[in-house]
Amino acid sequence: MTYDLVVVGGGPAGMAGALTAALAGLRVALVDSGTRLGGQYFRHAAVPKAAPGLDRFLRQARALGARADVLLGHQVWSVSREPDAGLVVHCLTRDTSGERPVVLRARRLLIATGAHDRPLPFPGWDLPGVLTAGGAQALLKGGGVVAGGRIVVSGTGPFLLPVATGLAGAGARVLGVYEANGGLGLARHPLLALGKAGEAAGYAAALARHRVPYRTRQAVVAAHGDREVEAVTVARLDEEWNVLATRVVECDAVAVGYGFVPQIELGTQLGCETRHDVDGSPVLAVDATLRTTVPGVWAAGEPAGVGGWRLAELEGRIAGRAIAADTASTPGRDAASPPGRDVATRPGHDAAAPAPGDVVPPVLARRRQRWRAFGEALQRAYPVRPGWQGWLRDDTIVCRCEEVPLSRVREAQAMGATDARSIKLLARPGMGWCQGRICGYAVSCLAGEPPQPPRRPIAQPVTLGALGSLDLDTPGAPGPDDHPAH
Amino acid sequence: MTFDITVDGRPVPVVPGQTIGAALHAAGVRSWRTTRFGGRPRGLFCGIGVCFDCLISVNGRAPERACLLEAAPGDEVTTA
Repeated sequence: MTYDLVVVGGGPAGMAGALTAALAGLRVALVDSGTRLGGQYFRHAAVPKAAPGLDRFLRQARALGARADVLLGHQVWSVSREPDAGLVVHCLTRDTSGERPVVLRARRLLIATGAHDRPLPFPGWDLPGVLTAGGAQALLKGGGVVAGGRIVVSGTGPFLLPVATGLAGAGARVLGVYEANGGLGLARHPLLALGKAGEAAGYAAALARHRVPYRTRQAVVAAHGDREVEAVTVARLDEEWNVLATRVVECDAVAVGYGFVPQIELGTQLGCETRHDVDGSPVLAVDATLRTTVPGVWAAGEPAGVGGWRLAELEGRIAGRAIAADTASTPGRDAASPPGRDVATRPGHDAAAPAPGDVVPPVLARRRQRWRAFGEALQRAYPVRPGWQGWLRDDTIVCRCEEVPLSRVREAQAMGATDARSIKLLARPGMGWCQGRICGYAVSCLAGEPPQPPRRPIAQPVTLGALGSLDLDTPGAPGPDDHPAH
Repeated sequence: MTFDITVDGRPVPVVPGQTIGAALHAAGVRSWRTTRFGGRPRGLFCGIGVCFDCLISVNGRAPERACLLEAAPGDEVTTA
């Protein structure tokens, strides 16, 4: 069986895209690596706790489950193109006997893979107890566990606020939120200028209620401890993030985040063109209907540019409509459509591709422009300044997987490596398990170049056993066991 | 309502739906392997399956990402 649409990612963008397309009559599969839908923003425990928008999301999830195949616990490691222009989505799932490959065929693909934290290295950042801001948030939202009893939150960007208020609300003592940018304070926070005054005021009130100090132009520049983090050095910074003065704060956990890295490798595997977002991150280039430069491939949410969950959901809706319209205007979709579900075929409707204005109602297009501008404004307000490189010592680990210290990066540069790729070849940062997802941004900064699009032929580590059991000649439709949501 | 898994033979309580990593953190276990070269302790870092710092052996199968794998009753976890 060939799906009209396979959506990769079950967060706000993927959910909206899959549901919109399914409601238009398309045969849809949504694939997510997690055990529950929600992605990072709507991550929730087995028994969900109330959170803004979560009820609505869970209703959408139930509606989708009735109309589409929802494949949870499926990690997509590759998407390839067939000679007949169809797409093959390679997943791994696990059962009692171990990992098992699952292959899905699709006419169209929606990449809704979200983003992950963008950490910066500093001395001691690999000590247990130091987590990314998103990691601390995931632990709390998904497992109901606070990362520590006395937590320091540091980095840059508005995401630090919900992380700190969430931890404080769950009973942790948050010793401080250290925002490396700013100088404006919460009263002139960009959230206020951009029409999210209520949200910003809510965070400010929550921080005040829990007596959490919010300090701008300060950051954690080192973590200390033997087997776990026991203290951090907090520095006052100048505008370029050079250290002006330091003090030591005792704590048992640190949550750090310096923005986000959009997960775009499924797009780059297929040859989608990329562009550099406002903050320099490579993102997938899309048109007004969220179509990438590769036929049949759409992207919504963070892979098209970091902008938060509201924009992601909106883009998912737009992409879902565009994909439905594209399906309706393409002859020969009958093979993919069960009888009676082909609502899109109308008398007199020929194969001409619909114009973007027909696909995206102006109100959605305008709303998207507004949220996209908001996301870009946040990226401008919270840049990463170069002074962080001065926080590192020669022995500071840059690549956690391959344990590459700064000195080896500098040696590679002294040997003639002028860009991140040649540094990687000489000193191995980015060659380990995570394939540079964690250190790639930092290594690009150290090399003095903007981060380059990923060149990863596979998006997830695959065991040889799972590869060996892959039968490419008979990629089947998923069996009943592949539909845990049904 | 909780169930137990064992970590190096010792029982650790799990709230249903928690990952192995969340259960370990809740029990105060924050590192469970050491690195190949420096022997440095590692546990959760990214928390969402990206960094592979939290690799662990569960029921003899290694490496698993502790932050992704939901704990099941009776799981036997071995730290390095």
